[in-house]
Amino acid sequence: MNLTSILFYAFEALAALSSIALIFVRNVFHGALLLITCLLALAGIYIIAFAEFVAVTQILVYAGGILVVIIFGIMLTTKLAGKPLMIEHIYGFSGTLAGILFFALFVYYISTESFKSGPSTAGSLTEINTIGVGLMTEFVLPFEVAGILLLIALIGAAIIASSTNAKKT
Amino acid sequence: MMFPIEHFLYLGALLFSIGLVVVITKKNMIMVLLGIELMLNASNLNLVAFNQLYPEGINGQMFALFVIIVAVCEAAVGLAIVIQVYHYYHTSVPGEVNDLSD
Repeated sequence: MNLTSILFYAFEALAALSSIALIFVRNVFHGALLLITCLLALAGIYIIAFAEFVAVTQILVYAGGILVVIIFGIMLTTKLAGKPLMIEHIYGFSGTLAGILFFALFVYYISTESFKSGPSTAGSLTEINTIGVGLMTEFVLPFEVAGILLLIALIGAAIIASSTNAKKT
Repeated sequence: MMFPIEHFLYLGALLFSIGLVVVITKKNMIMVLLGIELMLNASNLNLVAFNQLYPEGINGQMFALFVIIVAVCEAAVGLAIVIQVYHYYHTSVPGEVNDLSD
């Protein structure tokens, strides 16, 4: 039991516990903070799984981007200023049943399948210049398509959010 | 050192199932978006975990990066739609949005 395994299982427990708490939370703001906790723990797991660039991207994108956008969304859709946005649960039985059945299915298939064991030599961190060269050579088409997708999403989100017309009741 | 891949996969399965439960049971559109993010990250965890078995390639990590990009686009456009629906219907409960035009 060395330091790496302690960190790995601590990150796994943190991710699992914060996501389980996400089921029971009633305050949307607390839900957003729990989700960010879970995603940062996943970033730690990515580093242990030798994917440091994915981990850094995860932290930058989720903690820096999506958390801010989600909190803006929560603030813009709260009716009463100063009071937390409490929500209710619906379809509790069917939702829990679907989740438990999916989890049982996954656990059954993971436990019956025998996976290829990893390389005997100790793994090493993927170097960032490998990823950069890959983005410009082998993965250049998905890279360009991702750029176009980001532009489309930017323009689309701006246009959708800028037009204001209230329902005539 | 490398950990058994089953430990990654069990966590991914748990996160995906919890994301599904959150999407079904929460009565708020922003919580539904949070559940979708959780499901996307569960798939990302599996991609990164399987990439460990083939350290000579970076296909899994690349796919995880593109999944993150698509998740960002989905969150931006989804929250724009949520805000616009809130302006129009004065509610953020998905079940109460039940007519297409006025």
